[in-house]
Amino acid sequence: MTSVSASGAAPLDDVPLRRSPLARMAKRALRHPGFMAGTVVLAVLLLCSLAAPLITAYDPYAQDISRRLLPPVWQAKGTWEHWLGTDKLGRDYFARLLYGGRISLLIGVATVLVSGTIGTALGVAAGFFGGRVDLVIGYIINVRLALPVVLVALAAAALVGSSLNTVIIVLGLLLWDRFAVVARSATQQIAGADFVAAARSIGCSTRLIVLSEVLPNILNPLIVIATLEMAHAILLEAALSFLGLGVQPPLPSWGLMIAEGKQFMFFSPWVITVPGVALVALVLAINLLGDGLRDVTAPENRS
Amino acid sequence: MLMFLLRRLAVALSVVLTVSVIAFLLLHLSGDLALAIAGPEASPEQVAQVRAQFGLDRPMIVQYGAWLADAARFDFGRSFYFRDTVAALVVQRMPVTLTLGAISLGVALVIAIPLGVLAAVKRGSWIDRAALIFCALGQAIPTFWLGLSLIILFAVNLRWLPVSGSATWAHYVLPSVALGWYAVPAVMRLTRNGMLDVLASDYIRTARAKGLRWPQVLFKHALRNAVVPVVALAAVQFGFMLGGSIVVEAVFSMQGLGHLAWEAIARKDFPVVQAVVMLLATIYIGLTLLADLLNAWLDPRIRVA
Repeated sequence: MTSVSASGAAPLDDVPLRRSPLARMAKRALRHPGFMAGTVVLAVLLLCSLAAPLITAYDPYAQDISRRLLPPVWQAKGTWEHWLGTDKLGRDYFARLLYGGRISLLIGVATVLVSGTIGTALGVAAGFFGGRVDLVIGYIINVRLALPVVLVALAAAALVGSSLNTVIIVLGLLLWDRFAVVARSATQQIAGADFVAAARSIGCSTRLIVLSEVLPNILNPLIVIATLEMAHAILLEAALSFLGLGVQPPLPSWGLMIAEGKQFMFFSPWVITVPGVALVALVLAINLLGDGLRDVTAPENRS
Repeated sequence: MLMFLLRRLAVALSVVLTVSVIAFLLLHLSGDLALAIAGPEASPEQVAQVRAQFGLDRPMIVQYGAWLADAARFDFGRSFYFRDTVAALVVQRMPVTLTLGAISLGVALVIAIPLGVLAAVKRGSWIDRAALIFCALGQAIPTFWLGLSLIILFAVNLRWLPVSGSATWAHYVLPSVALGWYAVPAVMRLTRNGMLDVLASDYIRTARAKGLRWPQVLFKHALRNAVVPVVALAAVQFGFMLGGSIVVEAVFSMQGLGHLAWEAIARKDFPVVQAVVMLLATIYIGLTLLADLLNAWLDPRIRVA
């Protein structure tokens, strides 16, 4: 995207134009505080949850009934043995938190793969072909927007049987609307471009034009939407699990941890504070990364 | 304008119809309803009896037609679980959700609009930056967790407000903050960007050049124009809030529509679920239609396109 606009663009005063577009993008990324903060926090959370077995020796499923609801270390009776305490079944809270991060990240990535594919396909078709195709797809988007997401997701999960896979599929089938809207308008801008006309004039098939001319040029805004929708999916999974129709016990989903801690929160508020803070940190990091990406990859002639 | 109105109305109606097909199919294609209603221990005769009693032995299209015709008259049948008609249940639970949604929207607007104006006027200052950080945080905090945290802080520790229920106005304070919070970032961003655009426009410069005082320019000339898209967004956000209130109602045990839907889903009480999905979708479609018409009325350029 940057290469398209570079020639006619007003150069950013802080980044010399003689560098390559990619190098300029990297430079802008390094100077963007939100982007950097989001990247660092997300990287830490990702590493921690992937390397969970190396960080804690505890099994997130191992119960110890004699050590139920131990407080975290900063409270009067806390010990370093279980530094974030234990839950109602005596499972180590820190271990559950680490392994729970895997579930949130998996939900985020997998949901976006499903919703991104659906939304991009619909959006590109609407933007590229226009006319009736555009009308029909616009109509489908309107229908989707009219459906109350939480309610429909809950009902679908209850009917199919709630599980990790159900959550991913249901959310994937529901959260494609922003991909479609963004892909549509981005494709509309590209469809009239000279290089698309050129590709057509040398006899490229529609499929080839879409795959090799359109998609690469609308990728940047789609990646931004993918990050933001990932955060959206993670929040919704937590809400569904909290309402009992998302990820099922004994999996250590953060939303489920909050639901299980709810009955103890009046006397031990940390049981919901700990997973809640983790959730906020993860979602905030992804959102900052997404917003940062939008600024960093924006065409350079846009101030 | 009349043509525009009719066209939009026709689209809105057909979206409602499509949603009704989805609401109907969602619950009928997912398994044998008669089996689900009769329960796992029912004998084949009992299942057959249930099937005949609820009309589930008719062809799908006939069932849909009958359901839609009834639904159009606000008759959604009888609840499987609650010993009442669905319409009576919905009417009984509706006021709580509508009140909650309206107060939440009020809370969101009262926080978001002044903050957005302030951020735009003091662009680049620490206020602007703080407002944007506040927005990022707002979008990252899960509604249900915010609700629980508010309960711990204001109901348990400080004892200022009740923990749960929907009896008095005080019961609505924490839920509406929890529900309204999620709409703040979107409204604030839109207000801020709208104000930035308007403040840079020629007529604001003219107004200032005429010697009008700054507050008058700000509120009478700038805010009035910047707030137009916000009104449309507010209508849409109200629809989202009615849908999202299911989480807040669960956290605060409020006997609203969302709570009803949650109970109904857990008990496979399909007529209730269908009714609530239909109702919320129809309200949302109505609100977006209203927002569209409002925008078209305020801005003639939209009508022609």
